[in-house]
Amino acid sequence: MSKVIKAIKFEIMSPQDVKKLAVMKVTTSEVYDADAYPVKDGVTDPRLGVVDPGIRCRTCGGRFGECPGHFGYIELAKPVLNVLYLKQIKILLSLTCPECGKLLVDKSKVKTDADRLKAEVPKQCPHCGTKIEKVKFEKPYHFYRGEKQLNPEEIRAHFEKISDEDAQALGLKGGRPEWLVLTLLLVPPITARPSITLETGERSEDDLTHKLVDIVRINQRLAENLEIGAPQFIIEDLWELLQYHVATYFNNELSGVPPARHRSGRPLKTLSQRLKTKEGRFRHNLTGKRVNFSARGVVSPDPLISVNDIGVPLEVAMTLTIPIKVTSHNIGFLKQLVRNGSDKYPGANYIIRPDGTRKRILPDNKEDLAEELAEGYIVERHLLDGDVVLFNRQPSLHRMSIMAHRVRVMPGKTFRLHLAACPPYNADFDGDEMNLHVPQTAEARAEAEELMLVEKNIRSPRFGGPIIGATQDFISGAYILTKKGSKFSREEAAQILAAAGVYVDLDKDEYEGKELFSMLLPDDLNIEFKAACCQKCSECKKENCEYDAYVVVRNGSLVCGAIDSKAISPFKGLLLDKIDMEYGHEAAREFLDRVTKMCIRALMIRGFTISVSDIDLPANIKKEIKKIVDKTYKKIDEIIERYRKGEIEPYPGRTVEETREDLIMAELFNAVNEVQEIIKANFKETDAMIMAKTGARGSLQNLTYMAGLVGQEMIRGGRAFRGFKGRTLAHFKREDLGPKAHGFVESSFIKGLDPIEFFFEVMKGREGIMDSSLKTRVSGYLERRLVNALHDLRVDHDWTVRDAAGSIVQFIPGEDGIDPAKSSWGKLIGGA
Amino acid sequence: MTSGKKNKGTEKMNKSEVTADNNKAVLSIRLPKKYEEEISRFPPEEQEKLRKRYFEMLYDIGEAIGMVAAHSISEPATQTTLRAYHAEGRVQLVTTKGLPRLIEIFDARKVPSTPSMTIYLDEEHNNKEAARKIAAEIRETNLEQIMKEDSLNLMEMKVEIVLDENKLAEINMTAEEVARILKKNLRNVDVKVEDKNKISLESKKGEVNLRDLQTIRIKARTIHIKGIKGITQVIVEKDEDDWIIRTLGTNLKKVLTMDGVDPRRTKSNHIFEVMKVLGVEAARNLIVEETLKTLREQGVDTDERHVMLIADIMTFSGVVKPIGRYGIAGEKASVLAKANFEETIKHLTNAAAKGEVDDLKSIFANVIVGNLPPIGTGMFRLGLKEDGE
Repeated sequence: MSKVIKAIKFEIMSPQDVKKLAVMKVTTSEVYDADAYPVKDGVTDPRLGVVDPGIRCRTCGGRFGECPGHFGYIELAKPVLNVLYLKQIKILLSLTCPECGKLLVDKSKVKTDADRLKAEVPKQCPHCGTKIEKVKFEKPYHFYRGEKQLNPEEIRAHFEKISDEDAQALGLKGGRPEWLVLTLLLVPPITARPSITLETGERSEDDLTHKLVDIVRINQRLAENLEIGAPQFIIEDLWELLQYHVATYFNNELSGVPPARHRSGRPLKTLSQRLKTKEGRFRHNLTGKRVNFSARGVVSPDPLISVNDIGVPLEVAMTLTIPIKVTSHNIGFLKQLVRNGSDKYPGANYIIRPDGTRKRILPDNKEDLAEELAEGYIVERHLLDGDVVLFNRQPSLHRMSIMAHRVRVMPGKTFRLHLAACPPYNADFDGDEMNLHVPQTAEARAEAEELMLVEKNIRSPRFGGPIIGATQDFISGAYILTKKGSKFSREEAAQILAAAGVYVDLDKDEYEGKELFSMLLPDDLNIEFKAACCQKCSECKKENCEYDAYVVVRNGSLVCGAIDSKAISPFKGLLLDKIDMEYGHEAAREFLDRVTKMCIRALMIRGFTISVSDIDLPANIKKEIKKIVDKTYKKIDEIIERYRKGEIEPYPGRTVEETREDLIMAELFNAVNEVQEIIKANFKETDAMIMAKTGARGSLQNLTYMAGLVGQEMIRGGRAFRGFKGRTLAHFKREDLGPKAHGFVESSFIKGLDPIEFFFEVMKGREGIMDSSLKTRVSGYLERRLVNALHDLRVDHDWTVRDAAGSIVQFIPGEDGIDPAKSSWGKLIGGA
Repeated sequence: MTSGKKNKGTEKMNKSEVTADNNKAVLSIRLPKKYEEEISRFPPEEQEKLRKRYFEMLYDIGEAIGMVAAHSISEPATQTTLRAYHAEGRVQLVTTKGLPRLIEIFDARKVPSTPSMTIYLDEEHNNKEAARKIAAEIRETNLEQIMKEDSLNLMEMKVEIVLDENKLAEINMTAEEVARILKKNLRNVDVKVEDKNKISLESKKGEVNLRDLQTIRIKARTIHIKGIKGITQVIVEKDEDDWIIRTLGTNLKKVLTMDGVDPRRTKSNHIFEVMKVLGVEAARNLIVEETLKTLREQGVDTDERHVMLIADIMTFSGVVKPIGRYGIAGEKASVLAKANFEETIKHLTNAAAKGEVDDLKSIFANVIVGNLPPIGTGMFRLGLKEDGE
């Protein structure tokens, strides 16, 4: 069992601690001598650790990488304040007596730091009767008692008088008050501030080293001046300078202090700056860590693999490895892998001997290593088909952004992803890249397989419905396969079934699409629901639906209804939900695998295309649309007329102008809706229409844009008004309130937009782009805050929800204990 | 590991039995009544299966329930457009919607940007006329809103105000009543009712110049005559069977005690006000309701359980606390978790001064240190017995 950290205690470091920790005292500000060797007793003394390979540490004898580095210290000629604790210093100074060091206020009145900073201080010490003058703090780090400035030495002397008990009452429990005034300064090991060698051979020191050199230099000068008994003002100037350097060493962004700069003028990155912010130690290196055994590459689609699979390029499979322990069961197999070496797939790249030494498998030694192999050895073999790996796409917005897949090694250079697995990743193939990670231990692999496998994530914990499912062409294919009257010859049926992996004897000459689809359904499945292509008639005719939009599955056979997005798509698929709920994740995945393959095969047999003729309307209907637009224009003219005459009565709480806009927009939207109805009624079942009504892609609104008219461009939630004085563009008269002057587009995409319409269209587009780019930042921060507030909550052993401190937040999670990720849309008994 | 192919049937059965048994033995989680009822409507042979399913559907022990809830809110927030636009062409109050409203709720703002009430009426007053009347009572009315004109009478050095009869009738007041209110609010001014609808204001000071008169006139305009302060807009609407009043601006305390108002159904969207008037539990329910409403308006399908958890962590301490740095995230017990979020240096120095100990119970603290976090499978010790069977 390795060592495990149980707790971390935070305290203030005492001078004794510093001495104990340090291996040397830094006394000279020289860094390198004439021969470019580190100067002894300087800030780069080799006793502080090694940063160059090949050199041994003078303290511990470790080599580069072994020696963790060692601390040194600087003895300050005069004490200085630790600027990180100015608040605590202020509290201690003002609430204790400078003479006797006792508390000036009642303990019970100073429970929090906020109280302590605001507390009333008596004019006289209640213990020794000394007159107390008010303590004033002045930025950046000066304290005054009355008019007199306090120097760190005086503050330290005062602090030494304060009892432990009183210090604790004032909130200082992590150390003695006088430790807030530094006498010794800890020098971090050079491993924490390595110098880098530029191409020119020049050495470039870390910012911290620069700062330390400054401190040592001033400290030396101060010490010298003290020794020769220099005048007080010189001492004070140097002391102040030392304080400045120490202050900026801790925090280079103190308000009221000019930041210490590099020669180039760039502010130095000192201790505080190293920890802070997104690029700081905490968020960059501690919470997020770099990993090995990972790959990144472009993804491309492959509908012929399983949803669970991930196509891995051969090159990647031969680079990433899995450590396998040699046992009597697998020694033969592993020997063969070692014999294949690292250049021949399937092979292995390394062996690890029981003593821990790693040996790279090279063409020269592979035979020897294969012979050497024995139980207890570990072989790092190439990825093989069936290995479990993690696959991820950023931004990782929810837990399905990283899922486990089974490897399928393939030729080619891209990762192959099944299309049904795209929605949870939000992936498409326009150049998206994704990351792959190979778990290295059996425990990790077991967890990945049991908890993270794609099929186990079909149901989203967000809403309790499928998030993995058939999309786009799969849906069109499903509709074409299963719609009313869809028939396939024996040969076609054989093709479709074979694609889905169903091998049965076909004795009929003709098969209905529904029959073929039914072969994928479990035998005892029963479900009824309305399909996406449902026309929402006032009275549902159910099984006699003329649009074939009422789906009935009885005992595993599709009796009526066409399969579309409402059945098998992510977010909506009721059939998929049912199968996952009743028959398990594996069955659902298998169903999905088969259905997708069957659908595209059906689609390929029939053929599927979209062209202008699909969306072009006959002349008489175009005329009708024109009539609607003209009628609307007339109505709007009337509204404007009424407005000009001042006849418009404002809606409560609205101005007359706002009311006018509301009225006009209502008319415009009305017109678009009317056109949409006409289009809906007059469209034949073209491929474009199939896509829209089955939910495969596009919507009726998109068709209206193309065939009918684009309609009002909404800009900032209303019509366009920005631009010139009283008008949007120079092409209109001032105060023209008509539709065309404010972004109404009466053309369709097929007809083409005129330049003015195009301008408004682009205006809307620009707004959309601005919106979404601004929004990502806002919602990204919202996510960070939510996660930071909620990350500790978990379901405990007694089914209560508790936080890290053990406080109960919910007695039963979600009031009924049901995990949405296991429910059907949050319900015990299914259906959306 | 061998491939994951197992006998599906047996595995599933075993699991459910274990869960159900554990449940009986260790805990008293029972099938909730609402499900018992739902199940009883099924044929008997299905009932047992459904009952078992409830126990299968329970959260797994160790589930990172908070993380999932946080993701369930923020993932759709990034994916969808979450616009702040209102529905087109309808008379309605313009209230904050979409992402801005969501942030407002989680920030627990002391005053929301568009406070609003939905007032339901009791049976007696549940009709258009009564609703109108109550709405007029509630709405904040200034003198300016009920007058036809005001002018300076330079001859007699006084301000003359002519009230609008209709508006006066609307708020059910007479000129005398208005005059009385003016008298109360204007110091050193003589208020007289001249005519039926005419009020004159005269300064009691001897010497009066034009500027003084103008000041009186402007001050008089803003005097609050009737209604509840802060309620700037009221709209009377029919909502299914009920007549409701929607307002912009809130004052629950006053409205709830008004005659004709149904205090049980009347709502406010002002979380802090609700906490003050009705208590934290009401505030918690309001957070759930408002968050769900905001999400649903944008077409986001998020399970209410996630929202409940967020509302619970905001309120379980007894007061409403914001999600961010000045709330829950900034008050965590773990030093490292706080330092990791925001204000790193502040948290670290404070911890050192106080001699705090991070006992590594928090998830982030364990990630930082390199331990297995105590959540999910990290809550249990599990290992592979490599030399075993």
